[in-house]
Amino acid sequence: MGLFADKYPDVSYEEKLRLWDEVKADARFPDYLYGCYECGICVSACPSARFYDFSPRKIAQAAAREDIELIYEQMNDDVWNCSQCFSCNRCPRQNSPGGVITVLREVAVNNGLKSAAQALEGYSRIVYKIMGTGTQVSPDMLQPDAFPDWGPQVKQVSDELDLWRRALPPETLHTTKASWQVDERTLIELYLIWYNTGVMDMIANVDEGLNLILSDVMEEMLEEAGYEI
Amino acid sequence: MNVRVAVQPETERRFDRNAEDPRSEDFHDHLFALEEEGELVVQRVPEPFIEVMTKYGRTKKIPLDQTWHHKSCGQCGHIPGYSTSIIWIVRKLGYDYLDPTDQTSCTAWNYYASATSNAPAQAAVAHRNFAAAYETGYYPLIHCGTSYGHYKETREEIMHHAELRKQVREVMGKLGKPLVIPEEIVHYSEYIHAARNMIAERQVFDFSDIGVCIHPACHYYKLVEEDAIYDEDIYGGQRTATVTGVVTALGAEVRDYSTFFDCCGFGFRHILVSRDFTRSFATLRKIEVMKEEADPDVVISHDTGCVTTLDKSQYATGVAHGANVGVPVMSDSQFSALAMGAHPYRICQLHWHSTEYRPLLEKMGIDHEKAWAEFQQDLEDLKSGKKDYLTWEDIEN
Repeated sequence: MGLFADKYPDVSYEEKLRLWDEVKADARFPDYLYGCYECGICVSACPSARFYDFSPRKIAQAAAREDIELIYEQMNDDVWNCSQCFSCNRCPRQNSPGGVITVLREVAVNNGLKSAAQALEGYSRIVYKIMGTGTQVSPDMLQPDAFPDWGPQVKQVSDELDLWRRALPPETLHTTKASWQVDERTLIELYLIWYNTGVMDMIANVDEGLNLILSDVMEEMLEEAGYEI
Repeated sequence: MNVRVAVQPETERRFDRNAEDPRSEDFHDHLFALEEEGELVVQRVPEPFIEVMTKYGRTKKIPLDQTWHHKSCGQCGHIPGYSTSIIWIVRKLGYDYLDPTDQTSCTAWNYYASATSNAPAQAAVAHRNFAAAYETGYYPLIHCGTSYGHYKETREEIMHHAELRKQVREVMGKLGKPLVIPEEIVHYSEYIHAARNMIAERQVFDFSDIGVCIHPACHYYKLVEEDAIYDEDIYGGQRTATVTGVVTALGAEVRDYSTFFDCCGFGFRHILVSRDFTRSFATLRKIEVMKEEADPDVVISHDTGCVTTLDKSQYATGVAHGANVGVPVMSDSQFSALAMGAHPYRICQLHWHSTEYRPLLEKMGIDHEKAWAEFQQDLEDLKSGKKDYLTWEDIEN
């Protein structure tokens, strides 16, 4: 038993243990955690700790103690608050709590945890952009209703987008739907990477609809290029 | 090097670079051994290069010529004067380069935001881009701080995990490409740092009245920290020298502030879907602190996310909360280009930035009204069909 009350008693200990074993099986994990001095240097450097009820030290401690219940709770309630800046890498024990969180998140997505799906709600368009076009934030995403807090200048960019993009000297930047011009052959190679490394399955675990849309786009292009999926 | 000491550290303490420290080990010994065993190919840094010191004392080669510009999603998509300025500087220095279309994003912004990927996929994306550069004979110059940080991570993983190496080599085989690693992972700001005296020699505006706060990018110097550039003459070698080196070489005044080491608040997923956190952090921990402690004319950074976050977060906090904001933010490439006489709109594309920058241009001695009128004429030429695009030749002739 861990030091804290189990927040997820409906999930069996065996299931929580299975997920934790998946975290530990990641080849990177031994490089991310060596123990914990409990000094709190990671917390003092952490931006998320200042604005959320979040602590990279608790993440490192729970992992070092193998506190299965607390780790499961963190996998659901905490890991998506991390900024992934890796300020916590200044740990004198050479831990990387941010790296541990990367793996915890990955296991959460891989296993289709409801909390992971919720954390990624509203994020589907970004995943679609990066996996489908090979670039993440396209110029046409700069819409005033999407970024009202960025000021009136966003509307000006949006209104003038096509013209302003043509006024960029690098010829690779005359795009509005992708950050730069990416060759079709390059995209095909990217799609092959997604299919050959299990990423499409990960997407299906958290967002079946997105997986279907991406599959349509990618499979058509791959089939035209002579690849069978 | 003629770099003026930027900011004197408050302490006499020095960071001893000890050859016995395991962190000072040179990863190249391992990398070249893997190459000898036929596990991978190492793309060598082409000549001419400049040698600089890294955090634990290792020397790093920074290539000047034949660079393959690995572009950044956020720079190209939302602040395109950032990448345009990088390429313009390379052109002005007279070096050859390639702006490829056979390049994808590193996809790390998405990975750190959503975890909808995994180590083999991330390494394969990195190595596909490395192989694409290798096939051209040009050397990768990484524009994005996160790409730079993530590629260093994947390099470490590929070097130390044989099973991952095998898996990625098989994927690369399906693409018909070799497993290639560049001898050094080089960030564009390292190029600017290494070339700072050449840049300063071409300076046409006096920046001695310009007060600058510097924000160093987390993924530049906190991820695989041993690759970042340090210099005994800058901060006594206790902070990364990148950015501060060029700002100082251009004669501007670097002003210190107490939250120098804090991140910007970008957060990867937060900037897109939880911006209340990003705005709060950028304002309360960075911009307001800079204003109160240093009152800079401009904030200079060297990464996509940092420039975006620190610039775009100021509007809402200023208008809605009356926060003490209102400092223009740009990259070291834009700052350097302006010093060299780059057009503020045709090259630096400052009209894509949110925070008011015109008073800064006036203080720099740049006639922004004349420049804007020239740019408007360019837009008229595009609208009328006189030109399809604004080209390098249009600007340079």
